[in-house]
Amino acid sequence: MKQFLLIALLGSAFPALADRMPMPANAPASFIAECSSCHLAYQPALLAAKDWRVLMSGLSEHFGSDAAVDSKKAQEITAFLERNAGNASRLGNAGNPPRITQTSRFIRKHDEIPARFWRDPRIKSAANCEACHGGAAKGNYSERDIAIPELRE
Amino acid sequence: MKALSAIALLLVSLASHAETPQQVRQIYVNEAISQQAAFTPSAKRGEAFFRQRFAINDKMPACTSCHTDNPLNAGQHAVTGKTIRPLAVAANAERLSDPAKVEKWFGRNCKEVVGRACTPAEKADFMTYLSEVR
Repeated sequence: MKQFLLIALLGSAFPALADRMPMPANAPASFIAECSSCHLAYQPALLAAKDWRVLMSGLSEHFGSDAAVDSKKAQEITAFLERNAGNASRLGNAGNPPRITQTSRFIRKHDEIPARFWRDPRIKSAANCEACHGGAAKGNYSERDIAIPELRE
Repeated sequence: MKALSAIALLLVSLASHAETPQQVRQIYVNEAISQQAAFTPSAKRGEAFFRQRFAINDKMPACTSCHTDNPLNAGQHAVTGKTIRPLAVAANAERLSDPAKVEKWFGRNCKEVVGRACTPAEKADFMTYLSEVR
C-alpha cells in the first residue's frame, strides 16, 4: 500500500514538474528589461541554445520588429539563454526563424486546443502565454491553472 | 547645439535615476527650440499625433493600435497580445520618468509605426499630451 502510494505520488508529481519552469534566479536585469516589454520574458528552457543564438543574432528584425540591444547587453543575454537553454532533442525542431510555438514539444502540449481559441481576441497569439497561463511569468504552465475556464478541460 | 543636447541626454541617461516627466520633456523642448526658436510644446498637437494613422505598418497603423484610443487605459500589443500599461502619466506614475527608456521607445516605435525618426518637436508635443491628459 505504501509502495502504491509512492508510485501514485511520483506519477502525479512528474507531469506537474514538467509544467513548472521557474525563471533561473540569476537572470540578468537586461534580460528582463529587454525581453519582457513586448512579450513575456520566455523562460530560456523553452528553446534550445542553438535557436537562442539564431534569435539573438537577428534582433534588428525580430518577427517584424526592431528589438536590437547594444552589444554588451546582447552578450549578457545570449550567455544567460545559452546557459539555461532547453534540451534540443526533447524540444524538437523550432523552425527558422526559431519559434517556441513551433517546437514539437509546444505543439504536442497544445494539440487539443481548438483553432477558435487561438483566434480569440483575449489570446491573439500563441506567443501570448499569459492569456491562458496566468502564472506563466513565474513559470507555472500547469493545466490546472489555466485562466480561461472553457479551456481548462 | 545638437551635439550639446545629445551630450545632455547622455548625461541624464547615465545618471539613470528617475526624473520627472517635465524634466525629460525639457530635453526635447530644448532640442526643438534649437531648431525652431519660437517652438512651444502643445498637448493638442501631441494628441493629434497620437491619433494619426500613419498606415506604414499593417498590424500597427497608429499609436492607438496597441495603446487604444485612450492613453489612460491599458493597451494590448497588436502582435503578441501582451498587456501594455497605460501611456498617460495620470494612470501610470512610472511613465516618462526614465530618459533612456523614453528615447529607446521613441526610437523603436517611430521607426515602426511612423516610418521615420520623430522630430524633437513631435516628441515634446507627445510627452506634453501624455503628461497632461486626464
